[in-house]
Amino acid sequence: MATTLLLKHIAVPGIKSLDVYRNMGGYASVEKALRTLTPNQVTEEVKKSGLRGRGGAGFPTGMKWGFLAKPEGVPRYLVCNADESEPGTFKDRYLMEHIPHALIEGMITSSYALGARKSYIYIRGEYFYVSRILQHAIDEAYAAGWLGENILGSGFSHDCYVQVGAGAYICGEETALLESLEGKRGNPRIKPPFPAVAGLWGCPTVVNNVETIAAVCPIITMGGEAYSKIGIGKSTGTKLISASGHINKPGVYEIELGLPVEEFIFSDAYCGGIRNGRKLKAVVAGGSSVPILPAELILKTAQGEPRLMSYESLAEGGFQTGTMLGSGGFIVMDDQTSIVKNLLTFARFYHHESCGQCSPCREGTGWMEKLISKFLSGTAHESDVDLLWDIQSKIEGKTICPLGEAAAWPVAAAIRHFKSEFLELARNKSYVEINHYKRLQPVS
Amino acid sequence: MKVTIDGISLDVPQGTTILQAARMIGPEVAPPTMCYYSKLKTSGGYCRTCIVKVTKGSNQNPNPIPKPVASCRTEVLDGMEVQNVTSSEVLEARKGVVEFLLINHPLDCPVCDQAGECHLQDLGYGHGAASSRYEFKRREYEMIDIGPHIKLHMNRCILCYRCVKTAEQITNGRVHGVMHRGDAAEISTYIEQALENDFSGNVIDVCPVGALTDKTYRFKQRVWFTKPMDAHRNCKTCSGQVRLWLKGEQVVRVTRAKMPGMKWSPLFAIHADLIIKKHRIGLLKVPLKFNGIRLYHKTITST
Repeated sequence: MATTLLLKHIAVPGIKSLDVYRNMGGYASVEKALRTLTPNQVTEEVKKSGLRGRGGAGFPTGMKWGFLAKPEGVPRYLVCNADESEPGTFKDRYLMEHIPHALIEGMITSSYALGARKSYIYIRGEYFYVSRILQHAIDEAYAAGWLGENILGSGFSHDCYVQVGAGAYICGEETALLESLEGKRGNPRIKPPFPAVAGLWGCPTVVNNVETIAAVCPIITMGGEAYSKIGIGKSTGTKLISASGHINKPGVYEIELGLPVEEFIFSDAYCGGIRNGRKLKAVVAGGSSVPILPAELILKTAQGEPRLMSYESLAEGGFQTGTMLGSGGFIVMDDQTSIVKNLLTFARFYHHESCGQCSPCREGTGWMEKLISKFLSGTAHESDVDLLWDIQSKIEGKTICPLGEAAAWPVAAAIRHFKSEFLELARNKSYVEINHYKRLQPVS
Repeated sequence: MKVTIDGISLDVPQGTTILQAARMIGPEVAPPTMCYYSKLKTSGGYCRTCIVKVTKGSNQNPNPIPKPVASCRTEVLDGMEVQNVTSSEVLEARKGVVEFLLINHPLDCPVCDQAGECHLQDLGYGHGAASSRYEFKRREYEMIDIGPHIKLHMNRCILCYRCVKTAEQITNGRVHGVMHRGDAAEISTYIEQALENDFSGNVIDVCPVGALTDKTYRFKQRVWFTKPMDAHRNCKTCSGQVRLWLKGEQVVRVTRAKMPGMKWSPLFAIHADLIIKKHRIGLLKVPLKFNGIRLYHKTITST
């Protein structure tokens, strides 16, 4: 039986409410932390657990907390990044919608460790109804004394706020999120200084993903040591995976890191195989920005070892033959999918969501989208593949924030692994139907 | 602090950026800039033309920085080693940035008032390619008046944010900013607001391209047919350092004077070389022997 920590009680009726959540052992981590542990001990437990950021980059959370500057007399903030906007990722919404108290509990425990008097949940505008669920949960927590002054008589006071964004992908980037939270235009800041030194209103700030913060609760309840035994190697614990695409059972699954990818796709406990009896063609393993991998490379690494759902195994082989675990948006494509058409969807998204601050991303994302649409409207030449490759290489790594890379990686990977599809479209001048899309014609 | 740029070492005080250090060495190693303006706080970092490669982070942490960094916003650390013109990678990346800046630029230099003193023109000559690989329709906007004396030609804008930061940090009350997102982003004023502040004219001078132009000078003359002359006018509000652009004996344009090494009175420390509207408009067409003007230099040969 696979371990489940976050979604253990998902099937319990009424788990949304505080009473049921408490009966199922909720808020135990707050009790344990506030009554028996010092803030540093909580941080130590998180360090011991080996928990890595679940938002995409996979940076060790304990280490991130350790970097937080702690000058005297300056407030510190914890900000929860609930601006889950990566196409293919919907795990945070599922968690917040069904078990909102898991996040609130994690916010209190984490804030205690960081010494944050106030914390903010920045949630994307499209999740407005989820923000109401969260606000209701916060109100319940205040009424029951889990939030507010002097929680559990420990002397620790904490306030938690929900802030709804306006629905920009870029506001999921931590510094853009802080700008937006401050009421400004959501443009990423130039780093350094990092948020751990000067974040929200210039004060030291930790920005964590929803799932990361929720994972702090089981870590404190069961102990960091025990948590680190779940998973494989440096990928400890469990991870929520949002599976979508051409599979029989799309949805959010909690897996123990280290599960073979083949088992995840084909086992009935998870995705249940490719729908309509078709064959697997490609997988985007961690949200739209990570490189796409063809079937033979996602199931087995270049060395022929089975690929596992873990930070290390998915990244094996670098970008030549590997990908990333990312935020866990697992998009499966069957053998009838056009990779170029799919790429256009991604490229259009990044073009639309670029903040326009730095020039390679502002101009390059639009150019890439137009070039890809050329392939689909039957006006492309074979040399356009090389041009596309050149453009992506000039965006990657030259921008202020990682959106440039997020836009360039899928293009690079599609050309790397599926170049023949581009060439075929260019040779045949075939016309592929694109729904709801204004065709962009080159000027002759 | 010791920093080595393209093999040339020098000592700089703490807090110096790589760009400032490179400029101290000389123009041959200084990276080109578009959005950086030395008088503004938090300026730069957007256009990415000044990117350089850091091959050694510092003495304490000798690892190289994996990605190229914006030299205008990266402070030097002791023992840092930087490659600019000696790195083919940087030059290639810069070429890419210049291409990106130009793909939606109308390239209408023959009819642009900024031609001859345009940073983007210089950058294109220095680092750009001879022809464009972009084959789609370029972005187009309507020209608008954003103030009684300022014309905004958004087609030419490279979104350097210099005018926005100038208005924010120097004038009292910023009424314009960047609207929209991505490549639809544009400079605009808030609804029914106009740039009519005393200091707002300075956004014309800080604009590196021909996006913001002086309506009193539009289509009057090519810059290279006018002669600049620096002058001083006693003024209680601003520095009074003006540059008069002469066509024969007539003043056709007034801009702020850029006089390096000039000592400003502390009263105008923040305004440095910025001038108010009164001079911009008022000095036009006045005879040169006007009492309020004290001439510093007779002529400046090159601009």
